[in-house]
Amino acid sequence: MSTAARRTLSWWLLASLPLAFLGTFFLWPLGSVLVHGLFDGGFDAAGTWAVVTDSRTADAVVTTLGLAAAGTAGSLVLGLSGAYVLYRLRWRGQRAVRAIVGVPFVLPTIVVASAFSALLGRSGPLGFLGLDQSVVAIAAALVFYNVSVVVRVVGGAWAALDPATASAARTLGADRRRVVAHVTLPALAPAIASAAAVVFLFCATSFGVVLVLGGTRVRTLETEIYLQVNQFLDLRAAAVLSILQMLVVALVLWLSAAARRRRERAVGGRAVDGTRPFRAADAWVAVPTALTLGTLLALPLYSLVERSLRTTDGYGLDYYAALFTQPGRTVLPVSVAQAALNSLVTAAIAAGVACVIGQLVATLLTRRSRRAGVLDAVVMLPLGVSAVVVGLGMLLTLNQPVLGIDLSGSWWLVAAAQAVVALPLVVRTMVPPARAIDPRLRAAASALGASPWRVWARVDWPLLRRPFGLAVGFAFAISLGEFGATSFVARPDRPTLPTAIFRLLGRPGAESVGMAFAAAVVLAVMTGAIMMVAERMRTDVGGDL
Amino acid sequence: MSGLTVDNLRVEYPGSPPVVAVDGASLTVAPGETVALLGPSGCGKSSLLGAIVGIVEPAAGSVAWDGEDLTHVPVHRRGFGLVFQDGQLFPHRSVARNVAFGLEMAGVARDERRARVEELLEVVGLAGYGERAITDLSGGQRQRVALARSLAPRPRLLALDEPLSSLDADLRARLAVEVRDILAADGTAAIVVTHDPREAEVMASRVLRMSAGALQ
Repeated sequence: MSTAARRTLSWWLLASLPLAFLGTFFLWPLGSVLVHGLFDGGFDAAGTWAVVTDSRTADAVVTTLGLAAAGTAGSLVLGLSGAYVLYRLRWRGQRAVRAIVGVPFVLPTIVVASAFSALLGRSGPLGFLGLDQSVVAIAAALVFYNVSVVVRVVGGAWAALDPATASAARTLGADRRRVVAHVTLPALAPAIASAAAVVFLFCATSFGVVLVLGGTRVRTLETEIYLQVNQFLDLRAAAVLSILQMLVVALVLWLSAAARRRRERAVGGRAVDGTRPFRAADAWVAVPTALTLGTLLALPLYSLVERSLRTTDGYGLDYYAALFTQPGRTVLPVSVAQAALNSLVTAAIAAGVACVIGQLVATLLTRRSRRAGVLDAVVMLPLGVSAVVVGLGMLLTLNQPVLGIDLSGSWWLVAAAQAVVALPLVVRTMVPPARAIDPRLRAAASALGASPWRVWARVDWPLLRRPFGLAVGFAFAISLGEFGATSFVARPDRPTLPTAIFRLLGRPGAESVGMAFAAAVVLAVMTGAIMMVAERMRTDVGGDL
Repeated sequence: MSGLTVDNLRVEYPGSPPVVAVDGASLTVAPGETVALLGPSGCGKSSLLGAIVGIVEPAAGSVAWDGEDLTHVPVHRRGFGLVFQDGQLFPHRSVARNVAFGLEMAGVARDERRARVEELLEVVGLAGYGERAITDLSGGQRQRVALARSLAPRPRLLALDEPLSSLDADLRARLAVEVRDILAADGTAAIVVTHDPREAEVMASRVLRMSAGALQ
């Protein structure tokens, strides 16, 4: 066999592991969602059509798109002024504030949902507004979650915008307002479009926030899939809705890819420092921005902490202490502390699996080729399918004996689901640093007598250790807070921390809700601590994220 | 036939039609001899060097040492050293550990390794620099480390790809003489790729001219 053929064979042999993993825990489940949606014994278009045309479905689609539009619009309005103040202007302490604004994005959805529930619920600081279980509450939570995406993406573009163009427009007689309208905004348009597409996607696939804050009154495609499975036990309808959801996501992804292409074309040329120092005259935009952003970000989190400490007679750590006790079998079969332990174990396994497979994929993708492109596309697929659909698919496929092994309700199914969700982000964190290593560095090691394996161990690995650490942290944090897929595959008697919080939030009584808030604070602190440690691993080479 | 024998070597890069970088090159290098490959950039001399060392796969032809066919032997088993234009030192290793890399791969014992590293650092004029980080070195110092690193495992043949091009003119002239003397003292066979006729003249005992993928 020629060297090239041998290399191709060993490449595919290595690739077979990630492909087998994704095949079992992602592609096969996805396929069975399609089959369940379109077939019922035989091909059943009429049955599918009946679900599609059901008024509940139409409601859910309209609500999904409407909420996503509202969340995106709100994030854009707030995010644009935020981008201006935090990136275009230069001031002392700016980096710290940028980091704080980025915090909500790394919080688990169930924490965000709990925080808004704490704020807007009947006993919350803004409970008098009566916004609980309303569209407005959900939209506000979506903005809370996604505003940092707009700030970062548009801010990055704004900071690199050549100020000379604006000056040129001024010399041609344009006043400030017309410069913004005719020069600045058009120049930022590709970045704005790309941020809007990403935020729209996040909003349209948002599950935990809608499920908790919407209750039974506000239903999107995502929550409707969950309700069909859990309340009506109608897997058929859930599968059809999943197909609809995939179509919505595919459409948004297609739009965002188009926006990104425009953005890439718009960039290019030299890197310019487009920032300028803060002036007193900037206060008219900086002060309102700071007040709105500050209120939006701080108030829900403050309410969450406040309500986790507010007991029936004053303030205390009662709810935190209660996390270690058994809350009564109808509420939760185990203590919240036990659920947290379950979460840590499953998340650790998920992160381990995702990172080992991710490292393998990153190694295989280091050299660009057609086969690398195929593998890259397959590994990125879970990013384009909502976690709820992944969870439903696993429920449909793996709830039966596979090759004689009974997987149904296996607790490690949760870890597998979380690993599938985390894998794309792990790969995107590790591929750019791997590609940044000069191939000639590896050639130098080979010429010094290092076999391919030793080149990897002595050259690649020492240089990729830190990005690997960052990826492990990401994967661990994502798995720990994962709610969409987990809520389908987690066994009721072995809840994770997010599913335990969800159950507690749904129980009547101050005791359960107070414990839910305390548990949400614990989950937020755990996730935050992991992200802080992981961020220390970030190198200059960095990832896409 | 002792030493290196390259017979009718051909290197192509994929494309439609494929780009022929080296079109049937044949050459020999005797043990202890230094041969220069001289030509303008893009003439295929680096591809030829890569194919000899084994980092580029030839489309046709053969590479042999002392009559033994090496065409399908992977890079790390050929016993050929390679020095890149920009050194390609391992950024995560100190000067001494860079030089020691090839010795580690060959399984040389620690004490012997240390002695050889010190010896080589002395040869390239960097005695006492062992514990420095790569980032603390100047361009000229880096190329000396790269040279020491390639010489450490005593390669049968040393391939140098524009070893001095990234340095300024003054340093280049001095280092060319130094490299020649080091190679002569070691008795290592070498091929130097360069686009500078004076450098070729100084470093090599024989100069081969190359243009458009062919040796003349």
